[in-house]
Amino acid sequence: MTVAPDSYAPRGRPLPQPARATQVINSVTFSVALYALIIGVITYGAYTGAQAMGYNWQWYRVPQYFYSVTEDGFQWGEIVIGLMKTLQLSATAFAFALVLGLVVALLRLSGLIICTAVAIGFLELIRNIPLLVLLYLFYYVLGPIFGFDRYTASILCLGVFHSVLISEIFRAGIEAVARGQWEAATSIGMSRGQAYRYIILPQSIRFMLPPMTGEVVHMVKSSAIVSVIAVAELTTIGRNIISDTYMSFEIWFTIAAVYMVVTLILSVGVSFMEKRYAVAQ
Amino acid sequence: MTTGVPMISFENVDKFYGDFHALKDVTISVREGERMVICGPSGSGKSTLIRCINGLEFHNSGTLTVDGIEVYEGSKDILNLRQEVGMVFQQFNLFPHLTVLENLMIGPMKVRKTPRAEAEATARKYLDRVHIPEQAAKYPSALSGGQQQRVAIARSLCMESRIMLFDEPTSALDPEMINEVLDVMVELAETGMTMVVVTHEMGFARKVADTMVFMEDGRIVEVSPPEQFFTNPSSERCRMFLEQILEH
Ligand SMILES: Nc1ncnc2c1ncn2[C@@H]1O[C@H](COP(=O)(O)OP(=O)(O)OP(=O)(O)O)[C@@H](O)[C@H]1O
Ligand SMILES: [Mg+2]
Repeated sequence: MTVAPDSYAPRGRPLPQPARATQVINSVTFSVALYALIIGVITYGAYTGAQAMGYNWQWYRVPQYFYSVTEDGFQWGEIVIGLMKTLQLSATAFAFALVLGLVVALLRLSGLIICTAVAIGFLELIRNIPLLVLLYLFYYVLGPIFGFDRYTASILCLGVFHSVLISEIFRAGIEAVARGQWEAATSIGMSRGQAYRYIILPQSIRFMLPPMTGEVVHMVKSSAIVSVIAVAELTTIGRNIISDTYMSFEIWFTIAAVYMVVTLILSVGVSFMEKRYAVAQ
Repeated sequence: MTTGVPMISFENVDKFYGDFHALKDVTISVREGERMVICGPSGSGKSTLIRCINGLEFHNSGTLTVDGIEVYEGSKDILNLRQEVGMVFQQFNLFPHLTVLENLMIGPMKVRKTPRAEAEATARKYLDRVHIPEQAAKYPSALSGGQQQRVAIARSLCMESRIMLFDEPTSALDPEMINEVLDVMVELAETGMTMVVVTHEMGFARKVADTMVFMEDGRIVEVSPPEQFFTNPSSERCRMFLEQILEH
């Protein structure tokens, strides 16, 4: 005898259900409502506070800094141009940081005392200097000595600062690959370099992608610091617009939102990549 | 079928892990085409011995010569030597990011610089030899333990090694898969391959071994042909050990 699924009644006793209150608190609707409520309260507070100060909101003047259409045709505004500069700066610095980070990680793991010592010395040196001071060192000290401009100083500074964090990601990723993989690669006659290239690094990417995403986001955000040496990126542009217009509330909200949108897009993009990569395994 | 030429020879070899004395004055040799089976209690140094042969570990004193090449840390010949010596591990150690076929091809292509087409032909030949030609396109994680271990054997064979080392190749397998791996190893023995096998599968040992070795506490305690080893071992410790493992 077969029983149709819809007419099937379990013979066993139903399991005890969580209390009604717990069910409500755990529901998605409740979370969203609570979140909206908190954001609402903060926004309302900021708005009424600004009103009380007599702040004159001029949101209508903001869009022109994104784009404008004049008789000359369509033009990107200053904020978009600043954002492009930020992305260019971050991408270049990140590429540099990746290469330097990999070198430092491999030195650290080389098993040769001198190389390990050099790597650890570099890590400790950079890790213990605040980013702002590092930037001043690159711009005011190393810049004049080696003759590089503020843009190059920014790239080098951000690259060096992040290479330290990235080298730790590489190291953890490499160490997460099982020891047996080294042994198998070695036993078919691979050199250390071949084993890294064909066996170890491809496997460690899986462990490195999530923290690496975090680093990309971190890089975009920390690139804002170069505004102190007046590199014309997003944050500097924001400051310039405010000094022309005095719309500090609108512009800082807008700049913050632009950073947020960019970093969110990056995170979502990479987690999509991670899924595809996981499937390919 | 063995010839007189020694392929592997240990002379008064000692090995330390820090202060721990893992191999004590080991002297033993394996001739070309010889099949040697090593057994002994856990921690007796079987893995250490076999891993010294292809330089996964290095001994600290004494002389170890493999296929005419002296093995020592920093030797320039060590990479060449490892191409001649295949190794099969307890945990298979297949490359999980590569398909079965790629697992077999990567050694010949990257280490021996064999052209792709030739490497693929060799890979398919050895997959046939271990009876799983239909698994070529899969990733290792999709295979059963027995199949994975057979791929691992084929991977070593693809390097056209002249010596094969096995370190407890069936210990991580479910019982019903042990025989499919042992069968492949018996077939390999029939081709005249020089083999050194650490295992407690005494049925297999009886079938293929030319020489049985019993190790304990870092020393080689007994070396004898299987007839004598199983019926009349000269050492008391060895007999007790055999009783224990043959009992269950
Ligand atoms: N890398 C290492 N560092 C320190 N000690 C080690 C290392 N490898 C092995 N040993 C020690 O050396 C001894 C011999 O180890 P080995 O792995 O050769 O034994 P085995 O006979 O293969 O044992 P098993 O049957 O458990 O595999 C053990 O006591 C082990 O703890
Ligand atoms: Mg062992």
